[in-house]
Amino acid sequence: MQGVHGYRLRSDAVFRLELTPTTSSPLAIDISESTEMRIQRLISENPVIIFSRSGCCMCHVMKRLFSSLGVHPTVIELEEDEIDALSESQNDGGGEEETVAPAVFIGGARVGGLEGLVGLHLSGHLVPRLVEVGVLAFCQSLIPRPLGLMDMDPDDVFRDDEDDNENDLYQDRQSGKELVVFLVDASPKMFNITCPGEDQENASHFHVAVSCIAQSIKVQIINRPYDEVAICFFNTREKKNLQDLNGVYVFNVAEREYLDGLTARFIKEFDSVEESFSKVIGSEYGIVPGSRDNSLYNAIWVAQALLRKGSAKTADKRILLFTNEDDPFGRIKGVTKLDMTRTTLQRAKDAQDLGITIELLPLSSPNEEFNVSSFYADLIGLDGDELAQFMPLAGERLEDMNKQLRKRMFKKRKVRRISFLIAGGLSIELNTYALIRPTVPGKVTWLDSVTNLPLKSERSFICADTGAIVKEPVKRFQTYKNEDIIFTLDELSEIKRVSTGHLRLLGFKPLSCLKDYHNLKPPLFVFPSDEEVMGSTCIFIALHRSMIRLKRFAVAFYGSSSRPQLVGLVAQEEIIDGGGQVEPPGMHMIYLPYSDDIRPIEELHMDASGVPVATDDQIQKAAALVKRVDLKDFSVCQFSNPALQSHYALVQAMALDEDEMPEIADETLPDEEGMTRPGIARALEEFKICVYGENYDEEEDKKGHGKAGTKRKQLTDEAVSKGAYYDWGKLADDGKLKDLTVQQLKYYLTANNLTVAGKKEALISRILTHLGK
Amino acid sequence: MARNKEGLVLLIDVSPSMHSVLPEIQKVCSLLIQKKLVYSKYDEVGVVVFGTEDTENDLTNEVGGYEHVTVLQPIKVVDGDLVDVVQRLPLGTASGDFMDAIVVGMDLLIKKFQETIKGKKRICLITNAMYPIKDPYEGTKEDQVYTLAEQMAVHGMKIECIIYRGNQKRDPHEDNIIEENDKLLNIFSKKTKAKAVHVESSTSLLGALRTRNVTPVTIYRGDLEISSAFKIKVWVYKKTAEERFPSLKKYSDKAPSTDKFATHEIKLDYEYKSVQDQSKVVPPEQRIKGYRYGPQVIPISSAELEAVKFRPEKSVKLLGFTNASNVMRHYYMKDVNIFIADPGNKKAIIALSALARTMKEMNKVAILRCVWRQGQANVVIGVLTPNVSEKDNIADSFYFNVLPFAEDIREFQFPSFNSLPASLQPNAEQQEAADKLVMMLDLAPAGKEESLQPEFTPNPVLERFYHHLELKSKHPDAAVPPLDESLKRITEPDREVISTNKLVIDEFRRHFELKENPKLKKSTRRLLKDKTSGSYENQSTDLIASTSEVKIETLGDLTAVSDFEAMISRRDSPEWVSKAIYAMKNKILDLVENSFEGDNYPKALECLIALRRGCVIEQEPKQFNNFLSHINRFCQEANLSSFCEFLASKDVTYITKTEAKDSEIEDQDARSLFVKPEPKS
Repeated sequence: MQGVHGYRLRSDAVFRLELTPTTSSPLAIDISESTEMRIQRLISENPVIIFSRSGCCMCHVMKRLFSSLGVHPTVIELEEDEIDALSESQNDGGGEEETVAPAVFIGGARVGGLEGLVGLHLSGHLVPRLVEVGVLAFCQSLIPRPLGLMDMDPDDVFRDDEDDNENDLYQDRQSGKELVVFLVDASPKMFNITCPGEDQENASHFHVAVSCIAQSIKVQIINRPYDEVAICFFNTREKKNLQDLNGVYVFNVAEREYLDGLTARFIKEFDSVEESFSKVIGSEYGIVPGSRDNSLYNAIWVAQALLRKGSAKTADKRILLFTNEDDPFGRIKGVTKLDMTRTTLQRAKDAQDLGITIELLPLSSPNEEFNVSSFYADLIGLDGDELAQFMPLAGERLEDMNKQLRKRMFKKRKVRRISFLIAGGLSIELNTYALIRPTVPGKVTWLDSVTNLPLKSERSFICADTGAIVKEPVKRFQTYKNEDIIFTLDELSEIKRVSTGHLRLLGFKPLSCLKDYHNLKPPLFVFPSDEEVMGSTCIFIALHRSMIRLKRFAVAFYGSSSRPQLVGLVAQEEIIDGGGQVEPPGMHMIYLPYSDDIRPIEELHMDASGVPVATDDQIQKAAALVKRVDLKDFSVCQFSNPALQSHYALVQAMALDEDEMPEIADETLPDEEGMTRPGIARALEEFKICVYGENYDEEEDKKGHGKAGTKRKQLTDEAVSKGAYYDWGKLADDGKLKDLTVQQLKYYLTANNLTVAGKKEALISRILTHLGK
Repeated sequence: MARNKEGLVLLIDVSPSMHSVLPEIQKVCSLLIQKKLVYSKYDEVGVVVFGTEDTENDLTNEVGGYEHVTVLQPIKVVDGDLVDVVQRLPLGTASGDFMDAIVVGMDLLIKKFQETIKGKKRICLITNAMYPIKDPYEGTKEDQVYTLAEQMAVHGMKIECIIYRGNQKRDPHEDNIIEENDKLLNIFSKKTKAKAVHVESSTSLLGALRTRNVTPVTIYRGDLEISSAFKIKVWVYKKTAEERFPSLKKYSDKAPSTDKFATHEIKLDYEYKSVQDQSKVVPPEQRIKGYRYGPQVIPISSAELEAVKFRPEKSVKLLGFTNASNVMRHYYMKDVNIFIADPGNKKAIIALSALARTMKEMNKVAILRCVWRQGQANVVIGVLTPNVSEKDNIADSFYFNVLPFAEDIREFQFPSFNSLPASLQPNAEQQEAADKLVMMLDLAPAGKEESLQPEFTPNPVLERFYHHLELKSKHPDAAVPPLDESLKRITEPDREVISTNKLVIDEFRRHFELKENPKLKKSTRRLLKDKTSGSYENQSTDLIASTSEVKIETLGDLTAVSDFEAMISRRDSPEWVSKAIYAMKNKILDLVENSFEGDNYPKALECLIALRRGCVIEQEPKQFNNFLSHINRFCQEANLSSFCEFLASKDVTYITKTEAKDSEIEDQDARSLFVKPEPKS
């Protein structure tokens, strides 16, 4: 084979170590190195490297094999004189007479030429070997992580050290970024009108999937800006993917890699993908009898190749598969079907071996349930018990379906694993989750307004006495009895360590002991796990059932390091509505206040002579009102936060350079119109008269205006009379206003109905403006 | 500062029946004074004890009477001495008359402050009210109390009574006295600003006295808009707010020790530098806020932000009522507010009262939209729950809890318990054991004080901090004090509850089995505590104490088995398991080798059985199986086959697959060792 391609001899040849486009700096060559050393270094530095002659066809085949596995090897084309050096560096391999080039090295060890590589692959050892050498970790080093750009919020300056831990809880810990490939089935079956949507409009499964993705990426771009996303349709007419496989179309916009961070443009264009879908992408069954094409196989291949980047250690890699076809190979018969099933499963397994999770989001319609076990159970690796737990989406309405998809699209992140000491040495394993946490507008990155480049904040500690810059101090002090009492950080953490860092059961109480005011912050959700301690789930379920049945909650001590606290564990039963889980089963850990955290406000306005209490008649009228103004379907999280939405809208509009600000509807305003309906208006009026009598409005007016009005009038009068002492024009002309006190300046402002807020300079300039000077 | 100055007199009963809880009283009182020293150092405090042998007060000198009441410390601005005073309360010998003490306390306050600091005068009485008070010279005891209460109201004094009732046995005669005293003390709460709390345990005694007096401030005063045409005047306060750990300042030791005026403070300085040019500092006015949007950072000037900022009007509007069951407890997001009617507006009080009572009756809650202040950039959605007052001098009110917005919810799917495989489901007996545990481990038993009620539970960390602060003020090198017993009852289960329910707990333990997941690597096993030695005594000692336990690192000759068990269950390092096994193997070999006519065999067998048990628990079957083969071979080679026979007769077998997953020995092969000399391992 050697002679197929002629050697190119170059007289002036020094070195020509070409680099493939996928690699960069690590291969930069230092001239002083010898060729052998360089080759040795390249072998040791690159987990997968191919040395070949330029334009060698065998090398091309090898490259294809690797890229089909989702690995992109480093390819070095060698000149003839360098080939000799290569052969020298192989001599330790036993010296068998094999072709010198092309040669593949995996993890520093020689695999051989094409035959060696294919042999390894056929024996099934190639993939494990690639995993072993951590090919993915290598790729990760090439992707610079955008660190150090995020700056501290200046508000942080005044924050207590103690708060930091807590904030970690609120902010989803950026434990790692997420790489997600959405694989959306675009077969004609997905376009069948199946589920009735809002406004009687019928929607297809395709619409459900696409709109869910559109919604979720809008949230993702703000909350998790480092995540990378690719959206990929399969069973398409057109094809667009790196591997040039049939029936797979990767949706993308300009200036963006297929798998990349989200951009404003991407989101905007994806919003309208449905309109142009049939024209640009087209829907077509990709698995048909008589053809060997397998669009599902291709789709997983494409997704896996995209997810090649990033290390499995630092990034979560997921494929989310949306489909309504439970038996993709149903139309195929015989051996072909078996073969296709086998290869597709193998492909999925390879992906999973590389640390990619494949999640299935099956869409089923009321008349045709999605049967997971007919094919997909094997694909996503469900067996026995897990299969029973896998709930197909069976929403009848679009909204339900939407909601359930949303639930599954976000990765479940546990806050931490804790042990729960029950009694007598029994301790079980629990995972805690933060299901409810206030969402805040994204972090502020300070920019230089001239260059729009990010700024880096530097914090320095300055000794107030000497002005010297000091290192971060390790001591704290509290002034007490006119002395500075010094604490070391160790002492402080020792003080806070009143218990081991785990949850310890103290006992049970009836639910009625848990008052509405026993609350400080959002609870943690706890769910059992058998990962380390087997039997935990069983104990947890037993306690959970007993607590629900006996209407009791557990009191426990949670010894976290930031604020050890007494907590209540309230068992929550699973609630299923509209085919989906509304409340997961488990326990909510409610942080209980201590005695000094509770303020006795009720007693503040105690009236020894007794306070008026409503009469039965008044209570009845109130009852009528309560009955009328009833929010039947109220659900806790039905409103979106108008402040947050308008902030997002602003950022989005600025990002897309839109001139107009989208109008954000404030959903939280009361239904004024509904309140004027005759029934409600009458109930309101009756209650009002019953409590306040007929003259409610007048009385209010008199009281409200009367009191505040007279006080203000008095003040103005006083100001006018006092202000009259001064010759304001003259004072202003002589520049003597600054000699007056703030109080004196305010006379003028009050007398002239100007605001009195601000510093002295502001007051003076306001007076000057008013005087027209 | 001085505007909010408080004048406080502590009236402490030191008569013999109170001696058992005096340590707690000293603790809570010194905590109170310490917090004043830190947060409100202009407050003035006096200390009066009663039930003392001696008598020392102004009134006894002026008018006579008032015996056994001692003014330990006349009212003065708080200082370190005061802490010492309350930490060294005298042990009294006489029976205390709390009514006399109250009069003395009032006298102190009136003489000191006259008409000033109205409403900031407070008397705090700590007593068990076990002794009868003396009959007054004229009228009844009730009349006397009424007069006192009126006087208090006139002078704007508040009284707080903490009545300690330990669970000691009392005879009926005493019960009568207590009943009478309670009635008398209750008169105060009817006639003036007074509060009486009863506590039963020393832990709740520590929590009963409010040690930090925060002047409540309304966060909203204005209309609660039921509709645009119907508004009720309300005031809103915070009901709960976390008392923070004091924010300590950073200490700088740079100042020369001779500098008397050194502040030792450290200032923080922030500089913003350009990423490219580290030497260039960008001034504040040249900075602009940027928000991330995907890969872009969008600069938005504060003017732009201002221009489009969401700016709702200040208001509190009703959205509607709904069933209480629609708002689950775990949706409460923050600390809690309280809505009361404008105290001067009788109609508003009635309107709120009518709503609260009807909502409670109908089990409804109200949903509100609140903007507390003008200029606030967000709205709050929350739920009002009725708080119907049981006292006729306290008005009905509402608690308000903030609810999450749609964006604040993360909806994760969890497996349904019912669909979990049967192996993870509790069976009927297990369920029954759990029911019993939940019922019996009761913190709120009928007829007794509810323990760990948040209202009476002190913050153990803050208690400890102030305790340490005081120690350090005397000895700068003082070590962190241990958590004392009454506080331990907050962080650990009450031993009394545990021991009375020993049977229930034992039964619960028997019904459930926990084991480490054998699939896990050893280094990651950390959660399962040594269950082999999980007795109650061990349970209640926490880590702090257990560090002083004797660590077993070698195997003794006589105690080889117990030492081995201790060693193998040590969890401070994963190495102990292999160390223990190794040591045990050597021990057994030694024993067998040095045996004279089999005299050590029983001992060796005992060790071997212990080793086997240990290896099953730790899931190390190979260690044992290989060793058993080895010892078999060894004995045959060294003409000690008598030991093999001995083992066979005692039925020592390999660890099988059913016992430990990693084992390669099938059940039927367990005895194979003594059948054929070379088993397959």
